[in-house]
Amino acid sequence: MKTETAEPLKDNRVDDDLSTIEKTVLSDYKYGFVTNIEADTAPKGLNEDIVRFISAKKNEPEWMLEWRLKAYRHWLKMEAPNWANLTYPPIDFQDIIYYAAPKQKVKPKSLDEIDPELRKTFEKLGISLDEQKRLTGVAVDAVIDSVSIATTFKEQLAELGIIFCSMSEAIQHHPELVRKYLSSVVPVTDNYFAALNSAVFSDGSFCYIPKGVRCPMELSTYFRINAENTGQFERTLIVAEEGSYVSYLEGCTAPMRDENQLHAAVVELVAMEHAEIKYSTVQNWYPGDKEGNGGIYNFVTKRGICQGAHSKISWTQVETGSAITWKYPSVILKGDYSVGEFYSVAVTNNHQQADTGTKMQHLGKNTRSRIVSKGISAGFSNNSYRGLVHVSKKADNARNFSQCDSLLLGDKCGAHTFPYIEVKNNTAVVEHEATTSKIGEDQIFYCNQRGIDTETAVALIINGFAKEVMNQLPMEFAVEAQKLLAISLEGSVG
Amino acid sequence: MLSIQNLRAEIEGKKILKGINLDIKPGEVHAIMGPNGSGKSTLASVLAGREDYDVTGGTVSFLGKNLLELSPEDRAKEGLFLAFQYPVEIPGLTTTNFIKTAVNEKRKYHGQEPLDAVAFLKLMKEKMALVNIDQSLLSRSLNEGFSGGEKKRNEIFQMAMLEPKLAILDETDSGLDIDAIRIVANGVNKLRNKENAVLVVTHYQRLLDYIVPDFVHVLYNGRIVKSGPKELALELEERGYDFIKNEFPVSEEV
Amino acid sequence: MSTIDYIKEHFDRLQSAEHSSSLQAIRQQAFQAFSKWGIPTVKHEEWKYTRISSLFNKAYQLPPLQEAVTVSPADIASAFLPGHEQANALVFVNGLYMPSLSVIRSAGLRVIPLEDAASGEFKEVVAKNLGHSRHYLKDGINALSTAFLQGAVFMHVPKGCTLEHPVYIYNITDARSASILAQPRSLVFVQERANVEIVETFATLGMTDSFTNQVMEMVVEQDAVVEYYKIQNDVSHATLVSTTHIRQTGKSEVHTVTISLGEGIVRNNLNMVMDAERCESHLYGLYLQQGNGHIDNHTIVDNVSPNCYSNELYKGVMDGHATGVFNGKIFVRQDAQKTNAYQSNKNILLSDNASVNTKPQLEIFADDVKCSHGCTVGRLDDEGLFYLRSRGIREKIARSLLLHAFAVDVLEQIKNGALRQYIDKLIEERLEIDQL
Repeated sequence: MKTETAEPLKDNRVDDDLSTIEKTVLSDYKYGFVTNIEADTAPKGLNEDIVRFISAKKNEPEWMLEWRLKAYRHWLKMEAPNWANLTYPPIDFQDIIYYAAPKQKVKPKSLDEIDPELRKTFEKLGISLDEQKRLTGVAVDAVIDSVSIATTFKEQLAELGIIFCSMSEAIQHHPELVRKYLSSVVPVTDNYFAALNSAVFSDGSFCYIPKGVRCPMELSTYFRINAENTGQFERTLIVAEEGSYVSYLEGCTAPMRDENQLHAAVVELVAMEHAEIKYSTVQNWYPGDKEGNGGIYNFVTKRGICQGAHSKISWTQVETGSAITWKYPSVILKGDYSVGEFYSVAVTNNHQQADTGTKMQHLGKNTRSRIVSKGISAGFSNNSYRGLVHVSKKADNARNFSQCDSLLLGDKCGAHTFPYIEVKNNTAVVEHEATTSKIGEDQIFYCNQRGIDTETAVALIINGFAKEVMNQLPMEFAVEAQKLLAISLEGSVG
Repeated sequence: MLSIQNLRAEIEGKKILKGINLDIKPGEVHAIMGPNGSGKSTLASVLAGREDYDVTGGTVSFLGKNLLELSPEDRAKEGLFLAFQYPVEIPGLTTTNFIKTAVNEKRKYHGQEPLDAVAFLKLMKEKMALVNIDQSLLSRSLNEGFSGGEKKRNEIFQMAMLEPKLAILDETDSGLDIDAIRIVANGVNKLRNKENAVLVVTHYQRLLDYIVPDFVHVLYNGRIVKSGPKELALELEERGYDFIKNEFPVSEEV
Repeated sequence: MSTIDYIKEHFDRLQSAEHSSSLQAIRQQAFQAFSKWGIPTVKHEEWKYTRISSLFNKAYQLPPLQEAVTVSPADIASAFLPGHEQANALVFVNGLYMPSLSVIRSAGLRVIPLEDAASGEFKEVVAKNLGHSRHYLKDGINALSTAFLQGAVFMHVPKGCTLEHPVYIYNITDARSASILAQPRSLVFVQERANVEIVETFATLGMTDSFTNQVMEMVVEQDAVVEYYKIQNDVSHATLVSTTHIRQTGKSEVHTVTISLGEGIVRNNLNMVMDAERCESHLYGLYLQQGNGHIDNHTIVDNVSPNCYSNELYKGVMDGHATGVFNGKIFVRQDAQKTNAYQSNKNILLSDNASVNTKPQLEIFADDVKCSHGCTVGRLDDEGLFYLRSRGIREKIARSLLLHAFAVDVLEQIKNGALRQYIDKLIEERLEIDQL
């Protein structure tokens, strides 16, 4: 309601971007190139020595190694989850390289010293590591394969007391914070992929916003898988102290390769009293080719805790990539009056499979959550929404509203909705609505009659379908996300 | 009949009524006018006992009783009636069954025998004629799928059935065309007598062409800032609420 | 001895005693499935919220191999539903059909032992449809029913026949002298242009614990019309798993209403397989639970063929320590274009200790469909309550009126007037409206 005045602006943005959509519907996955740079890699396979190798490479303190080994030992006892609506061959965890770092001659002391090849890679991806060139204030942490390459705007942020750096750096320079919060939201034993991540994660971003500080720019991490046979396991931790605010963006791409590559990340968010964290993702890992060969297996655990009263965590995701997506960004609503939000657009085409959704755990009183999920299936793909709304016995006056809509393009794909609603408190009000529909022929005809070709019409209609979620994205990302939607669905309507 | 003294009320910590004083005697018609957000509907709601509002000060006596101590249903049974601005739809509960329950609850409260089906139907027929309401409306679920006019007419019909001492009409004219306003107002006028009183809460003067008030009060920023005869309503209509706003700028709460 | 061990022993006894039965093979197959799966635990996705496995640690008894009537007509009279005098009555006692207690009034209606049907003129119908529910209910409890096919009936409503009288089915469990595991089973064949109303109810006699695992499978042919009512108001020490599996093999209409008012553990499976074009089905449910009652409604609407319409509405009111579970699945297969499927589940929680778990689930593989589902969990509408109170209606009565109003749109779906009035009266008693 508060954003009413901002709406028309956003509308314009949608319209202005039409030509871009038209252009981009014709293009293929354009991030599929490989950067030719030597990598420093660990031997294939996973055992305690590899865990020790990674920890040693990062020069980690003893407690960190212990933490990793504990996770690894627990992981050995666990079984891969099979409850999701996904089919894929068993993953051979011994056939993966768990550490790959681009070889740089010297560790760059400033952004200017970054290897030009790497710099070019990010330029190609549309991510500038050059602070001067940035028009809008977005601070970027660029992660390639297993390590963070560069973090921009560090000094400016430091003046406000904001810590924004790679996870490796944080372990070295802010061990007290890392120790306090790492695995406080997602325990190392939480699930199979979180345990694996804890054992072998190599880098990621760390972000700390001190009390009362409103972060003046978007913070962003850009993930890129480059090396062959490599898994990417990054770990992100964001802590927002009392009364602070941060908006965080995450983007990801990978080269086109015939084999499947594993990505198993963990993201943890902690919001204290009156703090707000907005976390946006545009996930565009390589989805595999039209026959379903290759592509990223994306198994991600994302969870935030609204620790303090009146805190707020908002997840927004646009999921267009990956062969397999297994991802449920969740919020534990512990503080009274805390708010959790989940906005998602998931597009699957060709042979992609997505099983994604959220968990809203209402523990505190007067907590509110809102879920808006838009699934678009095309080709031979399967797209599932899986969500849990849990209202515990003590969560008086909890409110939830969920809206899950699916759109099917073609009759070879599937749309599935699995909402779990558990209510143990009689003052709760929980509402769930879901619809499934297709793009109406009359809608397309109407557009055609106004001179808009069918592909553009479909893009328009899909953008309309996904608009409620797109509006949640920061401006920069929204444009990119819209292009992505169009690209992902290219060739699905005829 | 009704005596409000220094009534203060708030919702979720926001002060809405900041000291209302009002006296209504039997046979009188009072109108409360005011711009949007002045507290008109809050006043109606507080008098009817809506629990969303916290009364933070003042007294209200109704027919010698402390109104604020009574539950909403006891206020109704004592003879206070609120015609809702937005009558509630209750699918599955027929209007007839609803009114019958209400009438008999009131009779029980006053130590009377409940009406049997025959007596109730007779009473209903009589009142239906009085307010021109159609039988078919009464066999449908309460307010469900009713037009705006039908809902308001149903409110007046309930008023006829319950024979209140004080009827509060909360923005009864909102959303109605002029014909519907006339029908509703006629209903109210037929129900008026020396024993009862009416409090009309409205933004516009037009309803007052049909339900002519003895007194007009202007509510602004939670207080009654001006009272006068019916001509005051006309003056407001001509000059708009701005002159009130200028005359009584919003002062900081002490 | 736990019931599981006893079941294994008893199965061999049954098979050797009835070694020439036409049902031997299917029983054997089901028993293997049962041995593999066992009684479902809460780890089974479809039994996540309903715990019955521990009940099988008790020593339930299966019915004896020879039919033995343990109850008299007087014993079961209290279970009779209104309209009884004008209805066909099929009585099962401890899972076995009792011809001596049953009454067939309608010309055309045939009720014969299932094994006779399986070897006689209905051989093909039985072969095709008996056990069809196993494709949808992959658990040991469904297999258990088929493994112990015994005293089951085949009910036939022939072509073009409109039954003059409804068919009331009484599932009586006599737990007066022992804990009983009763498994009433029926296969209903409603042929082309036939018209039938079926009312199924459950009653337990005696004070010991009982477990009833009832399965009805039904085939509905072209242009047939079926009304099916399930009325549950049994005692709190009775546990019930009640499965109704309906397959529409021709354009037909099925109307079902499930009313659950008891205080025990009840799990209902209602499957609607729409296996022909232009089928129509309605699924309504109302559950009012209090005490330690547990009601679990699992429904499946499987749109196999195009142009089908289904509408589902389940409503529940939970009081005391009661738990409500709703799981509604809608499947739309690839060929089932132009499907219209609607589903809604609404719940009201009245007490601090009541809870509801609901999972409305859509799985869609066709693109030209209109499907929607929605569910709500909440309390009584404050605005409605205030409106009633502002008219002088006491809060307690206002609540009752609102709850009754909440139930009305399901109640109205019971077309059998005598039955509807009876259920309405039960609900009014429960809501204490009768004491106004």
